[in-house]
Amino acid sequence: MSDLQIDIERRDGVAIVTPRGDVDMATSPRLRTELKKLIAAGTTRIVVDLSHVPYMDSSGVATLVEAMKSLRQVAGSLALCNMNPRVRAIFEIARLDQYFTICESIEEALPGT
Amino acid sequence: MGAVRQGPCRRRAIAMSSEPVNQVRIQMRSDPRLLAGVRELVAAVAHRLGFDQLTSSQIALAVDEALANVICHGYERCCHKPIWISIDELKDQPEHAIRIVIEDEARTVDADCIRSRDLDDVRPGGLGVHIIHEIMDTVQYEPREPAGMRLTLIRVGNRRPASAKDDPA
Repeated sequence: MSDLQIDIERRDGVAIVTPRGDVDMATSPRLRTELKKLIAAGTTRIVVDLSHVPYMDSSGVATLVEAMKSLRQVAGSLALCNMNPRVRAIFEIARLDQYFTICESIEEALPGT
Repeated sequence: MGAVRQGPCRRRAIAMSSEPVNQVRIQMRSDPRLLAGVRELVAAVAHRLGFDQLTSSQIALAVDEALANVICHGYERCCHKPIWISIDELKDQPEHAIRIVIEDEARTVDADCIRSRDLDDVRPGGLGVHIIHEIMDTVQYEPREPAGMRLTLIRVGNRRPASAKDDPA
């Protein structure tokens, strides 16, 4: 059975969200809930660190699209970093790699977030 | 059912055109928590058949998306309905080839209505069908007797989306 842990750290006013595990139809609702909570609490700058996500499906991508749209409504931002090639491929297949800010590391994502 | 509707003779012709070998057949419940195990199986079988790691994981992604559509739209998230998955190696192809057949007992839908959405309209959801078509060479929906739908997916060789990078893992 799959499981997803989510760590949240704050650094310089940015929420760094680190999911740990596959993000799929079974687990993406948990990521969605955490992102919605952050945004509802007034967080406007989020970095999602995907270094511990070996797999993501379209429900995970949809979750990130939804968060990005919510943040753009409040002039906020969301960046993704540390994608493995398999996760990056789904963004490319869905042609969303140009829609998101995708960085190689948390440090690279922070200044522009 | 439009162009995708096929009678028994046509279905038999497709099945006979490439002789299946090394068949794996499993039955799963329509429980999203089981998807991780199924995609691990699909990726492992695809890799054994000669696909590289990235292509194997993409084939597993296509199957995962198809199963998610059955669970979400076919069975409306009911978790105890049956889904059958068959995996065949197709031997008489120019490159290594895999055929995956997914069957369910969900409501029958018009195959012409199962289509990708406009990707320029960036919004959550609706990407699954597009992903399946991008990864697989053949995507065929048809009604299943006595109930449900049958989806046949075929992938030949390691051809991949041009922008995808190889994964040495």
